[in-house]
Amino acid sequence: MALLSKKDTSLILDPLADNNPITIQVLGICSALAITAELKASIVMALSVVFVLGIGNVVISLMRNIIPSKIRIIVQLVVVAALVIMVDQVLKAFAYELSKTLSVFVGLIITNCIIMGRFEAFALANGPWRSFLDGIGNAAGYGLILVIIGFFRELLGSGTLLGFKVLGDPIEKTGLYATGYENNGFMLLSPMALIVVGLIIWVQRSRNKALIEEN
Amino acid sequence: MAVNTDKNSYTVIFAAVMVVIVGSLLAFFASSLSEKIKENERLEKQQNILYAMGVNENEDEGSVNFVSTDRVAGEFQKYITEQLVIEGDQITKDDNAYLIDLKKQETVAKAGKTRKLPLFIGEKDGSKYYIIPMRGKGLWDAIWGFVALDNNLVVQGVYFDHKGETPGLGANIKQRYFMDDFTGESILDGTEYAGIAVAKGNNDPTNEIKDDNEVDALAGATITGNGLSAMIKESVNLYKSYLESIRAKN
Repeated sequence: MALLSKKDTSLILDPLADNNPITIQVLGICSALAITAELKASIVMALSVVFVLGIGNVVISLMRNIIPSKIRIIVQLVVVAALVIMVDQVLKAFAYELSKTLSVFVGLIITNCIIMGRFEAFALANGPWRSFLDGIGNAAGYGLILVIIGFFRELLGSGTLLGFKVLGDPIEKTGLYATGYENNGFMLLSPMALIVVGLIIWVQRSRNKALIEEN
Repeated sequence: MAVNTDKNSYTVIFAAVMVVIVGSLLAFFASSLSEKIKENERLEKQQNILYAMGVNENEDEGSVNFVSTDRVAGEFQKYITEQLVIEGDQITKDDNAYLIDLKKQETVAKAGKTRKLPLFIGEKDGSKYYIIPMRGKGLWDAIWGFVALDNNLVVQGVYFDHKGETPGLGANIKQRYFMDDFTGESILDGTEYAGIAVAKGNNDPTNEIKDDNEVDALAGATITGNGLSAMIKESVNLYKSYLESIRAKN
């Protein structure tokens, strides 16, 4: 028997494209706008969410038969908050530098609607292994969009990628800047992130007409 | 065996048990790791103070590298010659002044009492550095930093940090290109303690004009920048009388 059945594979691959959490389910928009001004921050956030959603989904799935439905949202919130805080504490004690980089993301992860969304929609109704795959898949789909947005915002807004001056030096006027090119400061602000998300949604839906919602 | 998870009694018991388990788990983590975390924070403070006075391991022009944690305690002893606590007119020496919690002292000041102001005096290659710790508000949460001044109250180096500013925007106050701009600026404007303002559109992106009490702002981080300007101005004014005495000695 293969490690991943066809259904399992689709749990991981679907959220990357045709069932993407950001562009199709429209979840996790807030953090997609907030922290994508730099590619590096996007990557860090993407990895953190893969980790938290993967484990969180498993924990919720293991508890799914004993969680009282009346307070399930509270239980989900407690699980994700406790998980994130414990990881944060361990990092602070043993990997202080890393924890400094991640500390800004802690709050964003706890309140990320993708996490609650997947707990609610998937982990409460499925076994741990499937939930794990679903968590990884959705977080990766989310991360993919974050990286795409971060790439364009950093490239067009600051003229750098991961901090490297790929377009030349804007002050010394070298590289592309010698031709009169200027960075677009608007790219660094959140409204432009929303427009980039809109463009991605447009491209995706015009490639696959089945995704266009009927009104 | 199926449990009726819809019953009220079950819900209440579940909630109670969950709170106890999660609570004790978190308490266990917090208390067993707290010593290690405190130690890390202590070393970080020493690293930050040394960084501001130029004792660091920066390699190229983009990196921010502290003295490594295993050497920092020794380097701190070596370079920081005096640690002062200024309390009103009283100035006392205290070798643990760097551990003073500025946030607590702010509360003390708000209650109408005199706050303790720590100040560090460092010496490197024959010149003296006066390092002022500061704390203020950014967009989302606290920002803080250390500013090293020379005898003429000209900035020799700074270190800024933040708790939760937006990554890629306000969080860039701890980037090298931003912090380096402060070096050479004076906190004095004539005789007034003006601090250094983070200014938009001052037509000086490379920061060549060093007598304007301004550095070039970060795009998209207006509120963090304003908070930083306010923090510097407030803090240097707190230390005004001591700084005056340094100038008088000159």
